[in-house]
Amino acid sequence: MAQKATVPFTGTKEQEGELLKVIAELKDTKGALMPIMQKAQDIYGYLPIEVQKIISDNTGIPLEKIYGVATFYAQFALQPKGKFRISVCLGTACYVKGSGKIYEKLQEVLNLKEGECTPDGKFSLESCRCVGACGLAPVMMINDDVHGRLVPDDVEKILAQYN
Amino acid sequence: MKSLEELNAIRDKMADLVGFRSEEKGVERKACQYERQVLVCAGTGCTSSGSVKIAAALEEEIEKAGLKDKVCVIKTGCHGLCALGPVMIIYPEAAFYSKMELEHVPEIVAEHLVKGNVVTKYLYKETVTDEGIISMHETPFYKKQYRVALRNCGVINPENIEEYIARDGYQALNKVLTTMTQKEVVDCVMASGLRGRGGGGFPTGKKWLFAMGGEPGTQKYVCCNADEGDPGAFMDRSVLEGDPHVVLEAMAIAGYVIGADQGYIYVRAEYPIAVQRLEIAIRQAEEYGMLGDNIFGTGFSFRIGLRLGAGAFVCGEETALMTSIEGNRGEPRPRPPFPAVKGLFAAPTILNNVETYANIPQIILRGADWFSAMGTEKSPGTKVFALGGKVNNVGLVEIPMGTTLREIVEEIGGGIPNGKKFKAAQTGGPSGGCIPASNFDVQIDYDNLIAIGSMMGSGGLIVLDEDDCMVDIAKFFLEFTVDESCGKCTPCRIGTRRLLEMLTKITEGKAELADLDKIKELCYHMKSSSLCALGQTASNPVLSTMKFFEDEYIAHVVDKKCPAGVCKSLLHYEIDEEKCIGCTLCAKNCPVGAITGEKKKPHTIDTSKCIKCGVCASKCKKSAIVKK
Repeated sequence: MAQKATVPFTGTKEQEGELLKVIAELKDTKGALMPIMQKAQDIYGYLPIEVQKIISDNTGIPLEKIYGVATFYAQFALQPKGKFRISVCLGTACYVKGSGKIYEKLQEVLNLKEGECTPDGKFSLESCRCVGACGLAPVMMINDDVHGRLVPDDVEKILAQYN
Repeated sequence: MKSLEELNAIRDKMADLVGFRSEEKGVERKACQYERQVLVCAGTGCTSSGSVKIAAALEEEIEKAGLKDKVCVIKTGCHGLCALGPVMIIYPEAAFYSKMELEHVPEIVAEHLVKGNVVTKYLYKETVTDEGIISMHETPFYKKQYRVALRNCGVINPENIEEYIARDGYQALNKVLTTMTQKEVVDCVMASGLRGRGGGGFPTGKKWLFAMGGEPGTQKYVCCNADEGDPGAFMDRSVLEGDPHVVLEAMAIAGYVIGADQGYIYVRAEYPIAVQRLEIAIRQAEEYGMLGDNIFGTGFSFRIGLRLGAGAFVCGEETALMTSIEGNRGEPRPRPPFPAVKGLFAAPTILNNVETYANIPQIILRGADWFSAMGTEKSPGTKVFALGGKVNNVGLVEIPMGTTLREIVEEIGGGIPNGKKFKAAQTGGPSGGCIPASNFDVQIDYDNLIAIGSMMGSGGLIVLDEDDCMVDIAKFFLEFTVDESCGKCTPCRIGTRRLLEMLTKITEGKAELADLDKIKELCYHMKSSSLCALGQTASNPVLSTMKFFEDEYIAHVVDKKCPAGVCKSLLHYEIDEEKCIGCTLCAKNCPVGAITGEKKKPHTIDTSKCIKCGVCASKCKKSAIVKK
């Protein structure tokens, strides 16, 4: 499900240099494509077609294969993420404890759907499957912070902490 | 390090420090260089509830109190009782503090560490008895557990290889390399009866045997499946976080058996702590000569590389996992050829799950008979379960196979919160099924679970109570498999979607009885014609809930009612005129203005406007709003 890029690509020369270094380092290892793409996503924050082209040009791997891999795995993002990435756990343990309602509330408050980012680039919303903090269910993560034992009314209070 | 003597020297050097934490009954605790040791859980569960900050605060307070040389703080892996995190234990008293808060730290340091008085009020309440403090191992949560795969979790510092060595680490690798032939090792694993802990339950020894032999010098691989994808399952993560070296040691043993010099661990990128501890462990194992060239001077060489998954559930399937390591879309391949013949990079490969590997060194050291004496005849040993859902003691438990579901839920799990009734347990995640209350006394092992239409799976065990709708649960798992179907084969790609549509129809009250037959037929076809286990088992949650909770399906289809009150389309809210005092709170909070009424008089809900969000019922102080 390819989405059209809504945010123009703003990669810098420094980022490209960093990526080229990674490629040079990993190029000859077997099965290097995914590690390269993971590092590329660390560098740019996401994997727009421009970055995929750089990888293709410098590894000789066809662009369509790279695009195929990028769209197969949930962790590769073709769209930029927000400054604060919200990820609601919809794993079984959280689900039976009501994380579905937390997710609905977030969609309502932020006016976002799965995988989208607010126009100001502040919040992006996604669901995930089990972060392993089942003892705190229901759980959501904002960047690396875990918020647990949530009820829908907590949502707005928590969002207000992020500016 | 090149010899057993050197390994033993490290073990002996560390023996007192690590032995100080022993909880074994009747064994006297020897003194170590510290007066006290504080073990703080740094697994994902406790880290999420703030244990890292607690550990830092402890260190600061200990320094302030001038106890730096007398007390050490060790960050360990998971203790299992995640619901009560952050947890910590202080030895020699073996005082088990739970639900730690930063504010408790100064008091605990001042009282316990300085004066030697255990602060009883902050202890896990089950450890406080009239006769004094008991070990956590005597509490109902731990009493029936027996730790083999988790034996080092919560006991050692996973970032220090010497603590692993102190607990007989790398002794099995030494024994195998210096005293056993490949055939002897595989015979031992075979005789132990160990079966794959990832869910399938295939005999591990047999899997290794298939990959042995062939032309000398053939490139082979040993892989570890740490792509734990079942929602609600976190057994493998806890092993990797709490005891990463056990996996490395076992993989090296497997490498020796089949003649491989390279291993790969495929681990979920969603497990950053596990990834970091594995990186540290691999680096230390290389420094100490436990990985690399010429291990123990025997000429055997073995290396391990890490590969990170990228969020595709199907990559837990063995052929898909290997395709992914090769750098492709993680789609499964048809079998045969099996990986033992043609696996990673088309070379003979064995792939085992994390928990399977965690059993291997103990089997080598203590013998096949020791292992096969535990558990049931056809499923020897123990199994780690991630206990979650509607149960009091959410956490990680390791129990001998053959333990009943009742023991797990009622004794170890401490029962169901709020006095609700047990309805079913879900095992095996999206590939598994439900165990209903009528099978509460079934002994959990591979074959018994398959016989009742579920499966062991990797070990997620989610407890459901009377408030859970079984159709909704089946639908939940189908939503998952629709998302995660890789799309390569039609029965799975389209079958899961059609199945989800039919389930949605049921939950919306639009289905007819004939649809139930259609569902069964579709499930049958998906089972028999999907390419990999994902599609073959995707219908299990549906079939097993239909088998055990048929009346609930019928209620949705015929009576258009959801007995558990979950499916929104099938319920409506009413205001009880007797109870309503007309406080207007519900009307003020209704987002769509569906509630009207005069002040101090009973209100009414306009069901045509109502969106069934339930806000009114949650705001009402008189419980006057009922879901029907």
